[in-house]
Amino acid sequence: MNVQLTPDGRLRHLLTLDGLPRAILTQILDTAESFMDVGEREVKKVPLLRGKSIFNLFFEPSTRTRTTFEIAAKRLSADVVNLNIATSSQTKGEAILDTVDNLAAMHADMFVVRHSQSGAAHFIARHVAPHISVVNAGDGRHAHPTQGLLDMFTIRRYKGAFHNLTVAIVGDVLHSRVARSQIHALTTLGVPEVRVIGPKTLLPTGVEQMGVKVFHDMEAGLAGCDVVIMLRLQNERMKGALLPSSQEYFKFFGLTPEKLALAKPDAIVMHPGPMNRGVEIASEVADGPQSVILPQVTYGIAVRMAVMAMLAGGTTA
Amino acid sequence: MHASLPDVDSLIAQLAAAIAPTLTPDTAIVGIHTGGVWVAERLHGLLQRPQPMGTLDISFYRDDFSRIGLHPQVKPSNLPFDVEGRDLLLVDDVLHTGRTVRAAMNELFDYGRPASIRLAVLVDRGGHELPIRPDFAGLVLAVPPHQNINLSRLDDGHLTLSLA
Repeated sequence: MNVQLTPDGRLRHLLTLDGLPRAILTQILDTAESFMDVGEREVKKVPLLRGKSIFNLFFEPSTRTRTTFEIAAKRLSADVVNLNIATSSQTKGEAILDTVDNLAAMHADMFVVRHSQSGAAHFIARHVAPHISVVNAGDGRHAHPTQGLLDMFTIRRYKGAFHNLTVAIVGDVLHSRVARSQIHALTTLGVPEVRVIGPKTLLPTGVEQMGVKVFHDMEAGLAGCDVVIMLRLQNERMKGALLPSSQEYFKFFGLTPEKLALAKPDAIVMHPGPMNRGVEIASEVADGPQSVILPQVTYGIAVRMAVMAMLAGGTTA
Repeated sequence: MHASLPDVDSLIAQLAAAIAPTLTPDTAIVGIHTGGVWVAERLHGLLQRPQPMGTLDISFYRDDFSRIGLHPQVKPSNLPFDVEGRDLLLVDDVLHTGRTVRAAMNELFDYGRPASIRLAVLVDRGGHELPIRPDFAGLVLAVPPHQNINLSRLDDGHLTLSLA
């Protein structure tokens, strides 16, 4: 049974994009489209979640994701409480479910959870009372569904459709929850060719089974792409002997204007942030005309509004 | 039952005739999704308004959201003019409880402070639950609580009313 869906097929929690039907993904993107206009108005709020309390539980630091969740919740008129738990009770040894129970006793309606352990959001979702929804804001190497959705929203806005695209995901796929969510969403939405490009040490074994084509060099991998998604190279990977150096990585897998020229002339460049300029992406590309990296951040608000609105409604039926 | 309902085109023509003398030069027409937009499009054409027409989807303002959740097909609202200080004619197909109109007014005020809002409906079917009454109604018909009156649009664009 899919813990994310109610018996009648509505969204109950958002934990992963793996196994979510295309109709739900499309409904989220369509709803987000309606929320885009709200950001342009005199009053940038709608009253949908008035009286609801949303707790941002960040067991791992994040600026962009936490801030856009907070803005999204506020635009829905919810009350938002941000907890950075790395610096709070967890350091005193409180168990994660005790933290959740205490917050539920404060009448929480929704938890937005970021945790370094894969499965943390699922664990909380199985534990909470029926009226509480859980949104996974990134768990370990597993999933980051709202990032995956905002990337799909970005692609749809610039490319119009999914059925005729070639999309490349470049870099550290092995450690990337973002890449996993993107791959599930792209294949569910009908993108015919999804490529992953990276050194062997940074691609998971058996990644082909997710329905992607594997490339180990940029020249072949980028040829003819409509969308190029760069992943963040985490600096700690250098220490784990997976890579010789960041200069070496940039030489082979960094996105430069020359390499980008191999993709289609109207290809867009995406990055989930935060960027390492000069490691996975050159500044000329990040700030260049094909980059849609800042629009991704703006779209993240509308997409997170859509997810929270779909989760919070109809729970008292 | 169906045969006794009047022709929608003539109802809209009557509405337009009643509305026309009351319009100011900058009055804008706003239709509520979905049936209200169909009626508003007709009125907009008949009244030959210089401004583009606005459309509202009130899904984000419904008062039954926490009970029934978000409508699965939300359409973007689109008001291609400045609401601040403007006279608005709000158009819906059927006035029943008045809750849709209340939600629509709440949404309009989030775009700015209109100078005035008047309400035109194709049918006022009774059953009001709020102090909201139309300024213009094509048809006033007391429909029993267990029945619904619906506006539908055929493939050729023709509008028809039906009781169910």
